[in-house]
Amino acid sequence: MTTNLIDIQNSDVIMATSNFAENHPVGFQWVMKAKERGAKFIHVDPRFTRTSSVADIHVPLRSGTNIAFFGGLINYAIQNNLYFKDYVTHYTNASFLIDPAFKTATDGGGLFTGLEQTGKGGDDPHLAQIYKRDTWKYQLDGEGNPKRDLTLKDPHTVFQLLKRHYSRYTPEMVERVCGIPKEKFVEVAKLYCENSGPEKTGTITYALNLTQHTNGVQNIRSLCMLQILLGNIGRPGGGVVALRGHANVQGATDLELLYHELPGYLPMPLRDLHPDLKTYLEKVTPKGGFWVNLPKFGVSLLKAFYGDAATKDNEFGYQWLPKRASADAYSHQHIFVDMYKGIIKGFLADGQNPAVGGPNAKLARAAMGKLEWLVVKDIFITETAEFWKAPGANAKDIKTEVFFLPAAPAAEKDGSLTNTMRLIQWHEKAVNPPGDVTSDAEFFVSLAKRLQKMYAGSNKDRDKGFLAASFDWGTDPKEPNMELVLKEINGFAIEEITDKDGKVVYKKGQALNSFAHMTDDGKTAGGCWIYTGVTVEGPDGKLINKANARKPADEKDYLAHGWGFAWPANRRILYNRASADLQGKPWSEKKKLIWWDPEAPGAKPDEKGKWVGLDVPDFNAFLAPDAKNGDKPFIMRADLVGAFFGPLNDGPFPEHYEPIESPTKNLLSKQQNNPVVKIWDVPDQQNLLAPTGSSEYPYVITTYRLTEHHLSGVMSRQLPMLAELFHSHFAEISHELAKELGIENGEKITVSTPRGKVHVTAMVTHRLKPFMIDGKKVHQIGVPWHWGYNGTPGLPGSKGDITNDLSATVADPTVYIQETKAFMCNVKKGVV
Amino acid sequence: MSLSRRDFIKYTGSAGTAVAVGAGIDLKPVAAAATTLRIKEAKVHPGVCPYCAVGCIQLVYSKGDKIIDIEGHPDTPHTLGRLCPKGAATIQLSNNPQRPVKALYRAAGSDKWEEKPLAWMYDEIAKRYYETREKHFIEKEKDKDGKEVVVNRLDAIASLGSACIDNEECYILSKLNRTFGIVYHEHQARV
Repeated sequence: MTTNLIDIQNSDVIMATSNFAENHPVGFQWVMKAKERGAKFIHVDPRFTRTSSVADIHVPLRSGTNIAFFGGLINYAIQNNLYFKDYVTHYTNASFLIDPAFKTATDGGGLFTGLEQTGKGGDDPHLAQIYKRDTWKYQLDGEGNPKRDLTLKDPHTVFQLLKRHYSRYTPEMVERVCGIPKEKFVEVAKLYCENSGPEKTGTITYALNLTQHTNGVQNIRSLCMLQILLGNIGRPGGGVVALRGHANVQGATDLELLYHELPGYLPMPLRDLHPDLKTYLEKVTPKGGFWVNLPKFGVSLLKAFYGDAATKDNEFGYQWLPKRASADAYSHQHIFVDMYKGIIKGFLADGQNPAVGGPNAKLARAAMGKLEWLVVKDIFITETAEFWKAPGANAKDIKTEVFFLPAAPAAEKDGSLTNTMRLIQWHEKAVNPPGDVTSDAEFFVSLAKRLQKMYAGSNKDRDKGFLAASFDWGTDPKEPNMELVLKEINGFAIEEITDKDGKVVYKKGQALNSFAHMTDDGKTAGGCWIYTGVTVEGPDGKLINKANARKPADEKDYLAHGWGFAWPANRRILYNRASADLQGKPWSEKKKLIWWDPEAPGAKPDEKGKWVGLDVPDFNAFLAPDAKNGDKPFIMRADLVGAFFGPLNDGPFPEHYEPIESPTKNLLSKQQNNPVVKIWDVPDQQNLLAPTGSSEYPYVITTYRLTEHHLSGVMSRQLPMLAELFHSHFAEISHELAKELGIENGEKITVSTPRGKVHVTAMVTHRLKPFMIDGKKVHQIGVPWHWGYNGTPGLPGSKGDITNDLSATVADPTVYIQETKAFMCNVKKGVV
Repeated sequence: MSLSRRDFIKYTGSAGTAVAVGAGIDLKPVAAAATTLRIKEAKVHPGVCPYCAVGCIQLVYSKGDKIIDIEGHPDTPHTLGRLCPKGAATIQLSNNPQRPVKALYRAAGSDKWEEKPLAWMYDEIAKRYYETREKHFIEKEKDKDGKEVVVNRLDAIASLGSACIDNEECYILSKLNRTFGIVYHEHQARV
């Protein structure tokens, strides 16, 4: 999230694309507060929900067509001259010139310049064709800087290419593709675009409704592009609000429980590209922007991992890190395909329930049956722990050994969680866990220490890194002191650090105050640079845990900088330099956030001028607006500007393609699907797909969540207070479809796809309506995915079939997320 | 004097504070009764709601090793003390008869769990990790040009989770997996 939930109250228009009111109810109060101030609220969602019920306009759109919708808005803003011209010209790459050989999808039949056949990959389009990015680049001047045309008129400017690319996304096209009547689309476009500019700002919120698609990343890019086109990033009431779904999905991403990165968003080394530390740092460090500091963060991380054993002479232990064999490997879906194929022998499922919660869950359960051993640690016994008890499974034939370890919830341990607005907040252990229940930390440390004992004395190079890693935090041999773990994440000085005058800046072991103080010479260690500053040393030498800071908001500080710690640097609104104009003045008094005060005391006693205001400035507070790069807000990008043109694996601009399973041919171009989509070829027909327009699977299906249940249900189906709130697992179907199929409200129906089927209760509702897609009626159904075969005794409705048995093993080509928000199914009356 | 909901919760949380509202209704006895009934002599600790990512701060009240109440923390700037139905049910994550409190083992081909001591479980799990690594570790392999390079990778163990554990725990798991050679390393952010 670029902004902060509290700041939504300052929006003049809010466009929610997920079911905000039901899935993030407590955060939704800020939308209501904005509405009280007179803000307009738009809800874009196939279903009418409690979010829609308080919206000024509800816009139902067919699942899987979000890029057509956002592209339509981009086109509308450009055609009607409603974009924020100064912001676009100076704070984005709109004025940059692109290689003349590059052509947009408008001129390429739905494809960008550079698609090449690789001659391999068989049926996998992901491998059969890839984009060569030779023309996806800026024209450079003699000094190597991008050429610009600040009039935005040159046909090779990003702006003109953007205009050309989205020229096809007319209100008529949006109507045909998305099923939104043209008049309604124009009403929404007008309302959203007219409420942005120097005096007004708009916010867009999203959740997994946009990510779980085979063009998930481009979905998000399309709304970000709309936001920079309208000048809505880095300003009060503006921003992109990513509503994340788990208490610590942000923190687990930052600390990088993800295959492709190391903590702090450092790329995980690749065998073929990064043979040594020098090459790695050269290749992954951009030439401009704040990421030029990556070597300092990378070396500090290696020092945190390997301690004293990491030295300049051994590349700080870089060779001990595993090297990925390919960039197309190891993701969630790769795991279950490779497990099914027998490559993976042992598996730890810690606080995650893939037997229910992941795509193609039937494949996940079948794959676990091929393991030698499985370890599950969770608060309750999950379907994953009991996959051998699943309906239809024969325990005798399943040779997997299973170890179940009971886990402690947050109230039974110390630690911090990072919420959806990057806010790190501490919780304290209120009680000891019962019986043999332990924290996850206790288990990880116990395992690590046992393994180190087993490897003790090994002289093999391959074991040295693991033996060098310290798993000691504090004096208790079992339960680590979590504040000391936080200090290692935060970073500390390994030896005394002095400034050029010999004055001690940090004494040995002292926590760092800022990631700006990290070094690449081995003098600092830090597990996750973006968290630096979360814990600092007080005057008395004791650690101050800012995640545990509890100063409420007040009139002077509505963003509440004294409550918790928001990474990076306790900044609450990212890219906030964009809230001021080139000269450093707020675009308007009404929308001021930070500004340049030329009279404020400067960096040195004889200097004046500082960025001041309501938030922590996004860069050096003493960098004057007229200094070099003092007018460039997007500091994390190499070129320091917001990117309309932003190359990804599937193109530099988002383009609408149909979901892999779709009721229609692509009405925008002859390119049906994402040309580089990832589709796995799984043995034993475990990943069958419905062809486009299949009469066997004629209905669009989307999956979603409910207020009273949580994700795969582990933390809700076993709590009577929550489990009793739903009668049974269900599917929402429209009255029109129910009538066609002769289905009564409340009766059992069968929903099927080529992968599997579920039996659920029909909830016949007006909340869903058929769409008119290119003149043809298309039905869509909605199915929540919280149910599984475990639940609360005495509450039969707490158990139900697994919705994810219906979904497929297909993915976005950039991040490999699955497509569970738009695929095709059949619906039949009764249990068949 | 007008009293916001936040003030009201604050006052009702501190025994003996005299509270009077507009039309002369004295809430003191109500506040005192509530305090006596629920949280008198209880310890209070800050909690973070473990469900969605809004991050509602909670007040977790305990007596001895029992949690007796969990409610929203009224000072929280981004929640103003509110909780949703899931957040309000957090107490049942701890106080729940269905909650397993023993470690369980299921042998190959068995149709039932067996209770096992934690130390036995940890020893056995460590053995599985060790044996799998010893058998399948890849120290060197050929790169795309056919040159042998050090990769120090373990493809035979996968690790999934979790967006439900603390930052510090995520870091420890990252450190353990990566230093051990694990590359199939994911959590819910991917789904």
